[in-house]
Amino acid sequence: MCATCGCDADGNVTMHEPGHQHQPTHEHTYELHKKVVHVEKDILQENDLLAQRNRGYFDAKNILALNLVSSPGSGKTSLLERTLTDLKGQLEFAVIEGDQQTTNDADRIHATGTKVVQINTGKGCHLDAHMVLHAVQGMKPKADSVLFIENVGNLVCPAMFDLGEKERVVIISVTEGDDKPLKYPDMFHSSTLCIINKTDLLPYVPFDMEKVKANAKKINHRLEIIELSCTSGQGLQQWYDWLKEKVLAAEPA
Amino acid sequence: MHELSIVMSIIDIAQQQAAKASATIVEEIEMDIGCLSTVEMNAFEFAWQQAVKQTVLENTVTRINRIAGKGKCLDCENIFSLENLYDACPDCKGYLVDVIEGKELRVKSLVVTRK
Repeated sequence: MCATCGCDADGNVTMHEPGHQHQPTHEHTYELHKKVVHVEKDILQENDLLAQRNRGYFDAKNILALNLVSSPGSGKTSLLERTLTDLKGQLEFAVIEGDQQTTNDADRIHATGTKVVQINTGKGCHLDAHMVLHAVQGMKPKADSVLFIENVGNLVCPAMFDLGEKERVVIISVTEGDDKPLKYPDMFHSSTLCIINKTDLLPYVPFDMEKVKANAKKINHRLEIIELSCTSGQGLQQWYDWLKEKVLAAEPA
Repeated sequence: MHELSIVMSIIDIAQQQAAKASATIVEEIEMDIGCLSTVEMNAFEFAWQQAVKQTVLENTVTRINRIAGKGKCLDCENIFSLENLYDACPDCKGYLVDVIEGKELRVKSLVVTRK
């Protein structure tokens, strides 16, 4: 409203030229048609609204949606292949694969007999809630299932985009260097579980496990950490237990 | 380059708000961008220059409030300025820190002109 006389009823400030007179009748003589619109909107609110819509759908169908994020080559797809194969018959799964190009990852998941949809982002560096909404509409994941959403391999951009997931899982591998959490803090800050993959290669690389865990915890003290190797199978049981616990927790009371 | 997605979202918001106010020109846009919000300002400005062409924001003056990071220590309840997400509490040196400010990404207001 007008700071002087409160003449605009729609809650917006109206600015006037100097010389503007306040007549007793509230008529404005020299109005410049310029006004301040108070917006107060989160820039990512469209994405966040769609993410909440996805979340509501997942909750209603008791689907445990997990957003898997990592740099390229950390072993996201290998971890999924192994998990889908090992837990076949124990849990129901569906997978959304995000990559800029190709259906290579979806083909690998399809080979395990799991329902999968590939999203190609083209030049896009992350998945967003809108892409996931359409993927889910197409694939119709079963109730009481686990939905893995494998994000585009990128430790930066996907951190900002809520997809409607229940948990965000960040995966790093021991070949990547133990300062990764400090270099890419946002991803570790927004995740709930950190998987450190390829532990079978520890004897061959200068990777300080305690240091990387301490660094990750500095950024996010709530972060859970699981060390594993998809190749040797070491630590996989802990990951499977974590998954099963989350599936149980997601069931309606 | 998620900054481009962010700029596109800002353009959408500005276009909706300008249309709602029957405005033809957006003279000024005010935004809060927190220092811990994962927006790289150089990338943001580059994306901005390219993306606003032929939109309602093409000639708009930007006013950006950089909100400094602020953390709260869960151990000693100290509130302190947070430059990085991995900073320790300066009092107790602990890392049980919650971010309470600096993640903002918000369009505050527009100055629009009606013809």
